[in-house]
Amino acid sequence: MTTFKQLLVIGGLILCTVFSPTGATAKDNLVIGITQYPSTFHPNIDSMLAKSYVHGLTRRPITVINAEWDTVCLLCEELPTLENGGAKLEKTPDGKDGIAVTYKIIDEAVWGDGTPITVDDVIFTWETGKHPKTGVSSTEGYRRILSIDRIDDKTFTLHVDRRTFDYNNLSTMGLLPAHIERSKFANPEAYKTQTAFDTDPMNPGLFMGPYVMTEAKTGSHMVFERNPKWWGKEPAFDKITVRVIENTTTLEANLLSGGIDMISGELGLNVDQALAFEKRHGRKYTILFHPGLIYEHIDLMLDNPVLQDIRVRQALMYAIDRKAISERLFGGKQPVANTGINPLDWIYADDVPRYVHDPARADALLNDAGWTRGANGMRVNAAGEPLRFEIMTTAGNRTRELVEQVLQSQWKEQGIDIRIRNEPARVFFGETVSKRKFSAMAMFAWISSPESVPRTTLHSEEIPTEANSWSGQNYTGFSNPEMDALLEQIELELDREKRRELWQRLQHIYATELPALPLYFRANSFILPKWLGDIQPTGHQFPTTLWVENWSVNK
Amino acid sequence: MYAFLIRRLVHSLVVLFVMSVVIYGLMGLMPGDPVDLMISADPDITSEDAARLRAIYGLDQPLWSRYANWLGAALTGDFGYSRLYAQPVWQAIWPALTNTLVLLVSSLALALAIALPAGIFAATRPYSLADYGINFAAFAGISMPPFWLGILLILVFAVMLGWLPAGGTAASAGVSGLWEQLQFLILPVASLTIAGVGGHTRYMRASMIETLRQDYIRTARAKGLSESRVVLGHALRNAMIPVVTVIALDLGVLFSGALITETVFAYPGMGKLIFDAIMGNDYNLALVGLLMATALTLIGNLLADVAYAGLDPRISYEELDQ
Repeated sequence: MTTFKQLLVIGGLILCTVFSPTGATAKDNLVIGITQYPSTFHPNIDSMLAKSYVHGLTRRPITVINAEWDTVCLLCEELPTLENGGAKLEKTPDGKDGIAVTYKIIDEAVWGDGTPITVDDVIFTWETGKHPKTGVSSTEGYRRILSIDRIDDKTFTLHVDRRTFDYNNLSTMGLLPAHIERSKFANPEAYKTQTAFDTDPMNPGLFMGPYVMTEAKTGSHMVFERNPKWWGKEPAFDKITVRVIENTTTLEANLLSGGIDMISGELGLNVDQALAFEKRHGRKYTILFHPGLIYEHIDLMLDNPVLQDIRVRQALMYAIDRKAISERLFGGKQPVANTGINPLDWIYADDVPRYVHDPARADALLNDAGWTRGANGMRVNAAGEPLRFEIMTTAGNRTRELVEQVLQSQWKEQGIDIRIRNEPARVFFGETVSKRKFSAMAMFAWISSPESVPRTTLHSEEIPTEANSWSGQNYTGFSNPEMDALLEQIELELDREKRRELWQRLQHIYATELPALPLYFRANSFILPKWLGDIQPTGHQFPTTLWVENWSVNK
Repeated sequence: MYAFLIRRLVHSLVVLFVMSVVIYGLMGLMPGDPVDLMISADPDITSEDAARLRAIYGLDQPLWSRYANWLGAALTGDFGYSRLYAQPVWQAIWPALTNTLVLLVSSLALALAIALPAGIFAATRPYSLADYGINFAAFAGISMPPFWLGILLILVFAVMLGWLPAGGTAASAGVSGLWEQLQFLILPVASLTIAGVGGHTRYMRASMIETLRQDYIRTARAKGLSESRVVLGHALRNAMIPVVTVIALDLGVLFSGALITETVFAYPGMGKLIFDAIMGNDYNLALVGLLMATALTLIGNLLADVAYAGLDPRISYEELDQ
């Protein structure tokens, strides 16, 4: 062997010794990959999926919607209902219909520093939530609570100013530790910059879940270790590291090299990326696809005179083959949407117009509306104007751009000329959609929750205009008195069966009137190691991490 | 010399002030505001909530008033609060700045350590096989798209060989964390080095070839000096002047422009921070980040000017002072 070859062999051995594989991760330390870092750790400022995900490891809401889409207690002993006497109808001081709801916090529940969780924390959270200067994103839920009675240290009664069907759902109230946060709230205007969740985020007293956060490196990773004060079932892992890797190719590479053990379904790969991954490496991992509540659709600009004709809107639906799109692009994993209500939701109406691909019907509707085929096969009206629409979506979103192109070609077959004009997300959402500047079609998604009343997107009072400073999210400009009435009735209807009927009517109007073209419900794709079990995807806004104590290591 | 430095410092401060006005103005002209982004992620936010949040974040104020408030506070050392990271701007920038400086200094040092000798070597043997080889490697480095190179490195060294982590930064601190940290740095540094080495080699080679044609080099050779003495003792200092200019300009570009490398390797540096701040409408963070990139470019140029005097005795700032 020559000296050069000997050197090569020695060099190789040194490299192999020095650079030991980094992927060997012990099962007592689970490393999860996600694509986003939380902008704040405060539970009630800025709603963000990444924050919900990591808070699932460290915190527990009073109530939550579980994987079966039922409201259940996590911090309370028993869910109060009208039937079990925990909730009672009452009149508000000004004589309106109100409700009193009594909760009892679990006796053993304590913050991570050992301080008991009490009614003080509930009252303090309410005070910060309803204060107009604290920066809490959505104050509506807090403002509806007129007063809180303290029964004892662990029991309280909320007096609410209206009787909504979800009267016992307290999932959006992120409980705050009064013993830590009260001093920070001395100046409410400065609270959002003073809160311990951002100035002292490793303080164990901020947490009451199975884990506490012990390290957070902005934009990079967060480390969670067992909470010694956790009163519930012991979780399987001593430590969980959540790594933030925005680039999905790098995320995949990290998984394959052992840098991470799993890719979260809530903030991970798109379905098309996960399908491609499954083809290449499916044997080595458990891959779960779970449809959820993210509703992909095309908002139609109803101020557009052509789109005001319901026949044109319906023809647009009959002209496209959404089933084929779902099957060919998403392996059938993302179900076709008929309205904004997911088939997994109990309020889903099965008998609404479905708009299966029917070119003949589309042709008839368009001819009837006065749009006939011209010499080149494209449709024109009596004045010779072409049937032409502009479709817009977020530039750079590969999946949406792909769907857009397929739809363009399907509509072209019907003689409808579609022009694509996409914009970066911040221009698209910040200006074009929010100020209703799209001329015909805007493709994007709405994030929803089970039995969520779509008031902000369908009520005529929610149409953004210059006069109301462009507030509201009814971007299509849809205005239907019956729909307005339904949206108001549903929220206040406590009888489940009566509510179901109202929901069914709402879906019928939506599917018939078509203020937006429903496309499909996005699915979450979880990529898990074979040895990890009992992760139960929920399909809604509450992440799998809220049940991390049930995750198990398969022998 | 001191008067020159003070004058340049004053110039730099004026440039930074003008840049702050321009950047703030451009950010303000961009469509949408942070509350629009919040609404797009949360349909439960009501019209009243949106108006209240705009007032809390000062977004209901005219742009000039917001800028005046920021400038007033900045002059007292308070650069504002980052809405995107929920912490003071400086606190959000510091870790990213440290990461970027480590990445930038290591990759630049490594690139120069390879590029300068390679460029000199090629220049002293123009049109030889070695010159062609070095030129080929240099062009390959320049032509390789950074994202492709990054993914290739990850594929080979992280996925196939499993020697190095595919991206991110180390999760542990302390002495053992230092080695782990180093492992996380190797691939991004290699990626930036490969991208930078080609250009610097070409500059060094061209500059050295030009210098070696000068009369004083012919004189040095005629005096019977060895070739190494001619090249390293006489030609190198002059040949370095254009290369130093390019390196100075590179500092600012690398500082904010390593975005692709940072994204591919999930490395939380300044490029990524500035990009996220602009996309997330975080005015304060984007402004301070971009001003730091400007400041670094200015400092780089100032250092280059000072280096010229060291490299070429004919350049003297004393005369300019007078």
